[in-house]
Amino acid sequence: MTFSPELEARFEKFLAKYPADRKRSAMIPMLIYAQDEVGAVTDELINEVAKRVGVTPLQVNEVVGFYSMLHKGKGMGKYHVQVCTNISCLLVGGEELYDQARHKLGIGHKEVRPDGRVSLEEVECMGACSWAPAIQINYDFYHDVTPEQLDKLLDGLMAGKTPGQIAEVQKVNP
Amino acid sequence: MLYNQPNPLEVRILSRRFGLPNSQSIDTYLANDGYKAFEKALGMSQDEIINEVKTSALRGRGGAGFPTGMKWGFVPRNSPKPKYIMVNADESEPGTCKDRLLMEYDPHQLIEGILIAGLAVGAQQGYIYIRGEYRYLITIMDRAIDEAYARGYLGDNILGRGIKFHLATHSGAGAYECGEESALLESFEGKRGNPRIRPPFPAVAGAYQCPTVLNNVETFCAVPPIILHGGEYFAGLGIPKAGGTRLVCLSGHVNKPGVYEVPLGFGMMRMINEIGGGVRNGKKLKAVIPGGSSCPLLKADECDIPMDYDSLAKAGSMLGSGGMVVMDEDTCMVKAALRIMRFYAHESCGWCIPCREGTTWLRKLLQRFHDGMGQRNDIVLIGDLSKNMLGRTFCPLGDAAALPTISIVEKFRDEFEAHLDGKPCPYEHASRLVTA
Repeated sequence: MTFSPELEARFEKFLAKYPADRKRSAMIPMLIYAQDEVGAVTDELINEVAKRVGVTPLQVNEVVGFYSMLHKGKGMGKYHVQVCTNISCLLVGGEELYDQARHKLGIGHKEVRPDGRVSLEEVECMGACSWAPAIQINYDFYHDVTPEQLDKLLDGLMAGKTPGQIAEVQKVNP
Repeated sequence: MLYNQPNPLEVRILSRRFGLPNSQSIDTYLANDGYKAFEKALGMSQDEIINEVKTSALRGRGGAGFPTGMKWGFVPRNSPKPKYIMVNADESEPGTCKDRLLMEYDPHQLIEGILIAGLAVGAQQGYIYIRGEYRYLITIMDRAIDEAYARGYLGDNILGRGIKFHLATHSGAGAYECGEESALLESFEGKRGNPRIRPPFPAVAGAYQCPTVLNNVETFCAVPPIILHGGEYFAGLGIPKAGGTRLVCLSGHVNKPGVYEVPLGFGMMRMINEIGGGVRNGKKLKAVIPGGSSCPLLKADECDIPMDYDSLAKAGSMLGSGGMVVMDEDTCMVKAALRIMRFYAHESCGWCIPCREGTTWLRKLLQRFHDGMGQRNDIVLIGDLSKNMLGRTFCPLGDAAALPTISIVEKFRDEFEAHLDGKPCPYEHASRLVTA
């Protein structure tokens, strides 16, 4: 399996972080960064990571099933919208935002729109409690999200824009 | 911009560099006392460092509140195995968002704390386990680590003093359970994040079965000020047996939610009213989760207490991770219990049967109850089921699910009764009651 030179360089760095006989430690970081490039944790990717860290594909497979950010099969959309409805967000409208996203996108929890661009997930606490309600699009955080802002984001994404092109709502992380 | 306007009532020790221009850079750090504590620690013996931390009365900021100096003292000196420093940056306790700021605004403070811990126990390698959702913080920490290598604070011969220490980040991939220390170590080794049977504790058999110091981000960040200004200074900021300050993550129904650094023992009602600006929309306070969703809830009339480990324990709750969630009079406590249980049922790793089955069963019971189909004996059943999880699991997740539930059933029984006999939830907006 071939990866981009950037990902290959990252893999090399990952494998060098751990003691030589402990390459298995690199498995989860490799899987999550590779998923960003490949789009999903495919069988091919599982076999490749297994080979590189020196375990069987079954040993990778059983790990993949444990972690909620690793998506097997076809994976999530190019822009994965994650709405937190855990307690701090729940108290200030997180659940309503999730309902709004479901209706607007016409998809449910861990589903992908037919064009494969946008997917939705109701997620557990993402560590933005003091700036609730919060959502993440891929790895970017949006804080104190209002229904109007969510509409703008979802409309923009569905119209083919990238999150960065939706000027009205900006991510909070650098 | 995460960082909120500081409040004059704060005592900013760990957060004192937040808000400085370019606060992530090593130059800003060095210009503001950066790495001075490490240089001071270079002239101290291992025992002197550990004793200073013991004097500071620093207790773990992740949730359990174990005395940090004592934990470091458990690491065997004569072990032939390599030793490791492991940072728990898998912040995922609902209500908690402080480690994000510590890493985003002052990554070098964390690195310095790790370095000093390395000196204290004789470790030469550290790892920062950061939850997968915090990808941008992995980037920030990696950049800070690169800077520290370039300036000679990390490497094979640190500052030319013949000391070796290497540090790297490690990404998680979404699992609350991995915030539990032994599950974190399993996950770090490339396995499912199931907890380990303890003893042995990580201090003796941690990463790769080697002696390991494992602490929360905030705990390590408290170490440079302790070494630089002395354990007594830090201890003096707090109250006896619980030194220093801590970052409280205020969320929920308050006017000014945010992360605020206050001394241990700061009054909970002052936190809500004077720092948090009071309950939103002039509503009355109903309940508070004092330190993350694993803690038993306090009713409004129980909240007039100082925020420290012992006072919270006396009130029947915990100081936990500093995630303080404020609920106003319009909050449905059955729904709160349901949402909290949905979380634990989702995050239970499945290793221990009382937790795996108990959380799922409780989730179903609470859902049924909130939907108006509960029966009177369900109230007793919810309490009994929860109590049967207590102390019967390898890790604290079972307890974490049981404790808030027990407290809600006991303290807000009337709200459960208000959902009986097919009555709709008295707090839910009518539009949400229509089942799809």
